[in-house]
Amino acid sequence: MSRLTALLARETALAWGRGGGPLVAVGFYAGVATLLPLAIGPEPERLRAIAPGAAWVALALASLLSLERLFERDYEDGALDLLTLSPAPLELTCFIKCVGQWLATGAPLALAAPVAAMALGAKAELAPLIFACALLGGIAFAFTGGIGAALSLGARRGGLLTAVIVLPLFVPPVIFGGGALDAFASGLPWRSGFALLGAYAAMAVAIGPLAMAAACRNALS
Amino acid sequence: MRRAAKLSKSLGERLITQLLLKGCAIRRGGRLLFENAELDLRAGEACALTGPNGSGKTSLLRAVAGLVRLEAGEIGFGEVDPAEARGEALHLVGHADGLKAARTAREELTFWSRWCGGGDIGDAAAALDLTTLLDLEVRRLSAGQRRRLALARLLAAPRPLWLLDEPLSPLDARWREGFGALMARHLEGGGMILAAVHDPLPGATKSLEIAG
Repeated sequence: MSRLTALLARETALAWGRGGGPLVAVGFYAGVATLLPLAIGPEPERLRAIAPGAAWVALALASLLSLERLFERDYEDGALDLLTLSPAPLELTCFIKCVGQWLATGAPLALAAPVAAMALGAKAELAPLIFACALLGGIAFAFTGGIGAALSLGARRGGLLTAVIVLPLFVPPVIFGGGALDAFASGLPWRSGFALLGAYAAMAVAIGPLAMAAACRNALS
Repeated sequence: MRRAAKLSKSLGERLITQLLLKGCAIRRGGRLLFENAELDLRAGEACALTGPNGSGKTSLLRAVAGLVRLEAGEIGFGEVDPAEARGEALHLVGHADGLKAARTAREELTFWSRWCGGGDIGDAAAALDLTTLLDLEVRRLSAGQRRRLALARLLAAPRPLWLLDEPLSPLDARWREGFGALMARHLEGGGMILAAVHDPLPGATKSLEIAG
């Protein structure tokens, strides 16, 4: 157990420092959220309508930022070799790497999400649901994103490849989360969208590590 | 160096006492690197793995660690299941040392020691004369110091089989001798060493040459 807590501490610390860490991710997120009104026009009515959805899409994009380095650095410097030489299965190691990624970028982004949405004009009572969706969606983004990061190991311009692999996997959480927020904002039943988002996150947590470990083994051999 | 004796004693319950390579062949990128590599390494023995550049020494070490698939042949660890042996009984020190440049030597050594099931790093750091360097970031270490930090893992988390890829190359004359003494302690304690080298390996009793 002590080796897994040590790994989690290390992974969170590394993710915190990777590509500028949460500050850059949150800054990027704020940037996208600021650009939108400039492109769409400043009418409060129009902005309020798109605020939850826009906050949600920006979140998916910001989650991509530090993803490419999730496995690549360990692959390049040999740490991934050494991580396999342990009684802990590689699947568990990948799981913990994604949890570290989520703690360092997903959780801070979830805190920023309601702020960004409200800055765009979303109603205050929407904030708790946006936070919950972003927290849950962040798990889905981290674990599906890990699959893309592992699959693009060893490829040139791996970051771009990661984005291309991962964006289709980001579609369901964007639909479910955005749908739940939209429904809540217009007073419709929102629980089904939220439940589907949770189901997708659970699936990503269950299947992601298997795929990541297989991709890592393939890249190492 | 005196502390090293204490460390190798803690090897205590040894997991594996044999490394057996039978007719091993490795193919990389469509090219057959070597075939029919044979080795029977027992507790307390060291083997020098030699061959020209690109002959597959590193690939063979990685195959023993389970990272590279064999084209033919098999690798056995005596009675022990290979997956268990790889998880708990061997160390691999290669060119890529797995150390993160932005973290301190202490953080890295502590993590890898815990990851490999070891404990306190104080004795290991002292044996490789790293104590005063522990609070520096890895990026500030010289190549030789960095290699010593990678080698300190071997002592911090005792495991019977050491797979070393040119362990001596960045070390100065004093540390070549010093690490030779540490290897001798490891062998006395019943350990095994398989090392890819270009220079003679101190304490080696066997050798395996693979053709280029």
